[in-house]
Amino acid sequence: MNLSISPDIVPIFREGIFFGLLIVTVFGALLATLAKRMTRAILGLVVCFIGIAGLYFFLNSHFVALMQLLIYVGAVAITICFAIMLAQPDEMKMAAKTPALAGPFAILLGGAVTWVLASTAMKATWMAPALKVNEGTVKQVGASLLTTYSMVFELVSIVLLLAILGALVIARSGRDKIEC
Amino acid sequence: MDLGINVFEMVIYLVGFIAFAAANAAYLVWVERKGAAHIQRRTGPKEVGPYGLLQPLADGAKLMSKQFIIPAGVDRPLFILAPILTMVPAIMIFVTIPFSETILARDFNIGLLMILAFASVNVLALLMGGWASRNKYAVISAARVVSQNIAYEIPMLIIVITIVLISGSMNLTEIVAGQAGGILHWNLLPTNGNFLGPITFIIFFICSLAETNRAPFDLGEAESELIAGFHTEYSSMGFGLFFMGEYANIVIAAALTTILFLGGWYSPLPESIPYAGASSVVWFLVKMYLLIWLVVLIRWTYPRVTLWSLLNLSWKILIPFSLFNLLASAGLVKLLG
Repeated sequence: MNLSISPDIVPIFREGIFFGLLIVTVFGALLATLAKRMTRAILGLVVCFIGIAGLYFFLNSHFVALMQLLIYVGAVAITICFAIMLAQPDEMKMAAKTPALAGPFAILLGGAVTWVLASTAMKATWMAPALKVNEGTVKQVGASLLTTYSMVFELVSIVLLLAILGALVIARSGRDKIEC
Repeated sequence: MDLGINVFEMVIYLVGFIAFAAANAAYLVWVERKGAAHIQRRTGPKEVGPYGLLQPLADGAKLMSKQFIIPAGVDRPLFILAPILTMVPAIMIFVTIPFSETILARDFNIGLLMILAFASVNVLALLMGGWASRNKYAVISAARVVSQNIAYEIPMLIIVITIVLISGSMNLTEIVAGQAGGILHWNLLPTNGNFLGPITFIIFFICSLAETNRAPFDLGEAESELIAGFHTEYSSMGFGLFFMGEYANIVIAAALTTILFLGGWYSPLPESIPYAGASSVVWFLVKMYLLIWLVVLIRWTYPRVTLWSLLNLSWKILIPFSLFNLLASAGLVKLLG
């Protein structure tokens, strides 16, 4: 029994998957910005991350897609959630009224950013996505991290180290008075 | 994008995995109850069917026919989404697990990473469920679950890196293939050339117990303190899904341990012995269920630890040890390989 997909409908399938992921991403982003409750905004962020991971997956960058899931959904979103839980926000309280000029200004700024990004994207020559499913993305990412981008890589690790030290200092300072 | 996938095969695998997860959840509960009963010198379920074997079916029917109550104060969408979010990643993970050389839904080059990535979503689901419930016990439980899972994810990832170093691949099939040729070649044993194997295994096993929220690390649902933890407010299949997700995660953890340390589908005996020496899915399942049985035994043998000793165990003992283990293993691989 041969029930594999016929080649004619493959492009339709592909477009469908792509637009589906796009809708998920945009929906998540909208939810994250428009939600009144903090927890729902985080949910939107998570949905957006998952959509982006799906897009990476669609472009055959499986490693990046999985890292997106592991780091952003598995760590960043949870850390944000945790921070909010510790801060105990008043859930029902609406956001404070914003100044009248904030809306137009935000639209202007957002439009400018979009315009710059879009014009760059139109001019840029794009690399073709990896064609085979199991192409060694891990090797390529690892090699470029330790050769071309090794400086950035090390600098990022220093930034992270400083962040950890800062967190320790802040956490420690409250503890001095308590005997433990 | 390569879409030459056989739709028929895909559907069969999907249905198969869902059925496998559900059947495991149902019958592991039975195993758990029977095991607990015998450890505590009771009989356990015995009325429904012979040896109470039909009890899980009755429980399932009961859960499904109950009303799914959504309390008035909860955050509705999050409350409904959380149980689904525990189940979906668990099913996704089964896609990359090679049960034998041929029973494998998708051969994925970074399958190991995929399992870890999807497993990390589970924490988010528990956190959401606890937070959306608007219940103090649930919130405390969610906070505990998150701090526990973050703490134990670190040594687990370090151990996984160690295994990747030894095997030279993140492809689960290749990791298993590297352990072919009988029990002496398993990553578990020092005879594999890496004498740190047993330590690696023990750290990984402890971490997998903690990651699946199993006793003695089940602080998230410490019944005596927190009622039922993050699923206090859930009834009917909402609770059922959390439960199924938990058991699916136990199966996944055991399967992953089997793949990483116990030679996957390979027989412990040399291949020259007829029948018993042949590698097949039977060996995989035998190893997996022995591990699960070990997990059940541990649950009913050891008392629950306190939160502080739990976190200290990870941050002060397991993480330094696993880091040292990684360095030493890397040195060994460099020297011997």
